[in-house]
Amino acid sequence: MSQEEPGRWRVFVDSTRCIGSGICAGAAPTHFVVVDGLSRPVEERIDPVEAVLDAAESCPMEAIIVSDVEGGRIAPEP
Amino acid sequence: MTRSRVVSQRTGLPARRAVDEREPPPVTDTSQATTPQRYPFSAPHRLDVDPRYAQLRREEPLIRIRLPFGEPAWLATRYADVRTVLADPRFSRAASVGRDQPRNTPLQPDEGILAMDPPEHTRLRRLVAKAFTARRVEELRPRTRAVAEELVDGMLAAGPPADLVAHLATPLPIRVICDLLGVPVADQDRFRTWSEAIVSTTSLSPDTIRSYVDQLMGYMAGLIAQRRVTPTDDLIGAMVRARDENADRLTEEEVVQLAAGLLAAGHETTVTQIPNMVYVLLTEEGGWERLRAEPDLVPKAVEELMRFIPLGATAAFPRYAVEDVELGGVLVRAGEPVVVSVHSANRDESVFTDPERLDLGREVNPHLGFGHGVHHCIGAQLARMELQVVLETLLRRTPGLRLAVPPSELTWKSGLLVRGLTAMPVRW
Repeated sequence: MSQEEPGRWRVFVDSTRCIGSGICAGAAPTHFVVVDGLSRPVEERIDPVEAVLDAAESCPMEAIIVSDVEGGRIAPEP
Repeated sequence: MTRSRVVSQRTGLPARRAVDEREPPPVTDTSQATTPQRYPFSAPHRLDVDPRYAQLRREEPLIRIRLPFGEPAWLATRYADVRTVLADPRFSRAASVGRDQPRNTPLQPDEGILAMDPPEHTRLRRLVAKAFTARRVEELRPRTRAVAEELVDGMLAAGPPADLVAHLATPLPIRVICDLLGVPVADQDRFRTWSEAIVSTTSLSPDTIRSYVDQLMGYMAGLIAQRRVTPTDDLIGAMVRARDENADRLTEEEVVQLAAGLLAAGHETTVTQIPNMVYVLLTEEGGWERLRAEPDLVPKAVEELMRFIPLGATAAFPRYAVEDVELGGVLVRAGEPVVVSVHSANRDESVFTDPERLDLGREVNPHLGFGHGVHHCIGAQLARMELQVVLETLLRRTPGLRLAVPPSELTWKSGLLVRGLTAMPVRW
């Protein structure tokens, strides 16, 4: 992980949990796309942005995990 | 990635049938040229889907329509277009505020969170979203099972014929949502009456709708005020704490409206859908008998029934284009409203194999029964759980379930946004 820039975030969508509700793609359209009924991040490494936290906190399946570069979870809150 | 690529991916169909083989007509700009058709096309009949939708999907996927009140709108009927309208930020609910919205009553709607876009929408939705995650809903399943058992005990004790609506379909969702919110079940006679205003089109007069909505809001404001004196651990209590900690981000009115909306939506829909599901299972081929033979299919069956049943009776919640958008071969101009037919999308043959057939074991089923995009039903996981519990309980306790009257003698509600039975006499 040494090449990771500090302060950036990692976005992960658990495809085994995703139900393709489209909430994330609507809440953060530049960060999530629904492809074949499942959401995926447009980019896995991003600069911090509130809309991605909104998406992670709004997902009914808690399928979106936002973490810092050390792997510490930022969202969703437990 | 280009904008058009993002949009086409967002509206992508399931991989197995990634391409919509029907050619869209050439892009035309006809909004001023054609006379809008009256909508809905016909009064709802039981749970039938008007055959015109199949023709529109084939020949004219976007048409001009006019609801009983408000300005004309576009109607989208294909699955991919419906998903675009519901999830693409170029279509806005917030932009409907102040417009002569296409609607079903003369009243100008005041829809709170349903008339917001991100990020305002998300700020409010986050306040309650945690309580409706799959994980939290799972914790409510044992209690819901116990309530279902108790209610079926009561129905069996009453003896056949018994009304499934009164004994099970109505009380179960109300008890679940009341427990979750912290609303006294004992008050249900009052808030049930008022809640009809949320789903009424012509069943109540405009004055009555206004009066009931005011009473529901006043009731909820009272429950919120109580929690400032005596804090509680229920969802209304949590909403009050969040409001008081973030007074700069949430207004009191937003919190009252959201709580009232959850109470009304939390039972009007599921109360109606339980009898609809049982009706379809008892009247369609491949229904109850199949489920009795294969009870493990219940979760899939609930999804298929959500796809198959046209719960809505008309269109609501128009989205306004905030820029020119090409949709279904038509140029939708910035500022024009679009409504969608979820029933039509759920019967789209480019997505669902043999869509007119009820297939309780359907494998690929990305139905839009709970909507799509940021306004996707917040109670979807709760509704799924309740519907699964009801079907499992009935299969086990009343395997011989059947209608006590011919289907033609059942009476259907009218003048509401939803279709459903007023009563459902059954034997077992």
